[in-house]
Amino acid sequence: MSIDAPTRRAGTMPARRQSGLPDWSLGLFGLVAFAGVLELLPRTGVISERYFPPFSAMVGALVEAMGTDTFWSATGETLQAWGIGLAIALVAGVGLGLLIGSVPILQRLTASTVEFLRPVPSVALIPLAVLVFGITNIRSTLLLIVYAAFWQVLIQAIYGVQDVDPVARETARSYQLGRWARLRHLVWPTALPYVMTGVRLGAAVALILAVTAGIVGIGQGLGWLIVRAQSGNDVPTIYGIVLFTGLLGVVVNLLARALERRALAWHSSVRADLGG
Amino acid sequence: MSGDTFATPQTQDRDVLLDVRGVQKIYTGHGRTVEAIRDLTFSVGRGELVCIVGPSGAGKTTLLKCIAGLLEPTAGTVTLDGQRVTRPPQSMAVVFQEYGRSLYPWKTVQQNVELPLKQKKLPKARRQELVNEALAAVGLGEVHDAYPWQLSGGMQQRVAIARAVAYQPQVLLMDEPFAAVDAQTRADLEDLIRSLWHKLGVTILFVTHDIEESVYLGQRVLVLSSSPTVVMEDLPIDLPDERSQLETRSGRRFAELRHHVYEQIQLAKHRKGSEPGPDATPDVVAHGNAV
Repeated sequence: MSIDAPTRRAGTMPARRQSGLPDWSLGLFGLVAFAGVLELLPRTGVISERYFPPFSAMVGALVEAMGTDTFWSATGETLQAWGIGLAIALVAGVGLGLLIGSVPILQRLTASTVEFLRPVPSVALIPLAVLVFGITNIRSTLLLIVYAAFWQVLIQAIYGVQDVDPVARETARSYQLGRWARLRHLVWPTALPYVMTGVRLGAAVALILAVTAGIVGIGQGLGWLIVRAQSGNDVPTIYGIVLFTGLLGVVVNLLARALERRALAWHSSVRADLGG
Repeated sequence: MSGDTFATPQTQDRDVLLDVRGVQKIYTGHGRTVEAIRDLTFSVGRGELVCIVGPSGAGKTTLLKCIAGLLEPTAGTVTLDGQRVTRPPQSMAVVFQEYGRSLYPWKTVQQNVELPLKQKKLPKARRQELVNEALAAVGLGEVHDAYPWQLSGGMQQRVAIARAVAYQPQVLLMDEPFAAVDAQTRADLEDLIRSLWHKLGVTILFVTHDIEESVYLGQRVLVLSSSPTVVMEDLPIDLPDERSQLETRSGRRFAELRHHVYEQIQLAKHRKGSEPGPDATPDVVAHGNAV
C-alpha cells in the first residue's frame, strides 16, 4: 500500500480536446465571431446603425469613456456598493442560515415566510428605499443589493446545514464534540460548498442591483453613466458601458469560482478522488 | 456434534466492564412500530475481545448504538464500569463501517485523528505524541498530511482505527468495520485488531455478519437471533491465543466452531426471539460462511 503522488487538481487536468484545439481557443474563437457579427450587421445595413452601432464604435466609445475621471469614480461607486452589500448579505445570510438550519422548529416556523419574501423582486423596494433613505444615500442602493443577495445566501446556508452526514454526526457525538466544536469542525465545512454557491449567485445579483440603482437615479454608479449617455443620445457609449458591466460580471464570476476552488479543495466536485 | 463440545462461559467471577441488561429497542414512527431488539442480556469482561454475529437485519447496529450511547434503549440498561450509559461515554470509541463518511474529508489524516484529542483538552505535545503512536500502530506512519480520500479504503479504515486508538478508550466498539473492504485487506485488518488488542489491553466489542471473522477474532462469540433479537448463544472460542490467517483458519477446531456458529445462524434465521432455543440440529448443512 502506498499513497499516490500529489493529487491532481481539477484545474490541471489535461484539457479535453476537440478537433485538435484546446477548449479555451474555441471559446475565444466564438467571442471573436460574435464581435464580427456585431460589427457586420450594422455595416451591411441589416440593422440601423443609429440604434445599433458597429462593435468597433462601441469599444471606441468605451475606451473614450475610460479616459475620464467620471467613469472611474462611477465604477468605484458601483463596486463599493456591490462589495458592502454583498458582505452584509453574506454575514446575515450565513449567520441566520446556520441558526435556522440547525434548529428544526425554527426552520418549520420560517419556511413559509422565507418562501413568501424570497420571490419579491428587489426593484419593487425602490420607492420604499427612496422614501426611507433618500435618493442620494448609499443606504438606498445597499437595501436593494442586500435584499437581492441575502436570500440566495440564506437558502443555500439552510440547505447546507441540513446536509450533515448522519455517520459524521454520530462520529462527532461519540467523540464528545460539543455544540461549538460540531459547528466549527462538522456543520460549517459541510455547509461551505452550499454557501459558496450562494456567494456566487449572490455576487451576480448584487452586481445587477448595483447597476440598476444608478439607472433608476439612486446613486451615481455605472447605471447613472448609462442614463447620462442616453439623455445625450450617445448610443455607442450606452453600449460601451453595457459591455463593461458585462465584463465586470465575468470577472466577479471568475473570482467567485477561484475562491470556491480554493476553499473546497477537499470537496468531491473539485478534488481528484483516488481512494476506493 | 454433542451439546457438551461447546462449553458455556463462566460469568460469575469475571471483572465485568460492560454490562448489557434486558435491552429492548422499539422504533416508532410513520404509524408503525418495529421491535428491532427484544431482550438482550450479556456482559463483557475487562480486556475481553467479544464478537457479536447474527443474521442480517438482526439489529446488530441498533444494539451497538445503544451501547455507544447514541441511541436510547426503549427498555433495559447499559452499564460501563459501574456507570449507566445515557450519552456517549468518554471511555468509549466507535469505529463505523462507513469509514468514508466517518472521516472528515476536509481534514487531513493528522487532523482527523487529533480532533477528538482536542476535545479532551490535551496539550499539543501530548496530542502529537498520541497521533504519531496511533498512526504508527496501524501501520500508517507516513500519511499524516494526506487527506482520507487520497487513501485506499483499507487505509481509510486504518485511519479511523487510529483515531479510536489515540482516544485511549477502555472499550472499542466496532460496527462491521471491514464489511466494505476487499478480502486481502480484510485479513490484514483482522490481524491488526488482534495485535492492537494484545498491545493495548483494550476491551473490544466487534460486530460482524461474517461467521469466520467472528470465530477468528473473538474470545467469545455472541450469536444473535433474527429480529426481534435475543442472544441465542454465548460461545467461548477455545482456539489458541496466537492466531494466524493460514494456520488457524485451516485447523480442525476452527472448522468445528465455524460449523456450529453457522448452524446457529441458520436456526436464527427461522427463529424469532420469543421462541425457546433448542440445541443445534445436526441436519443443517453448511454451504458457506457469510450470512
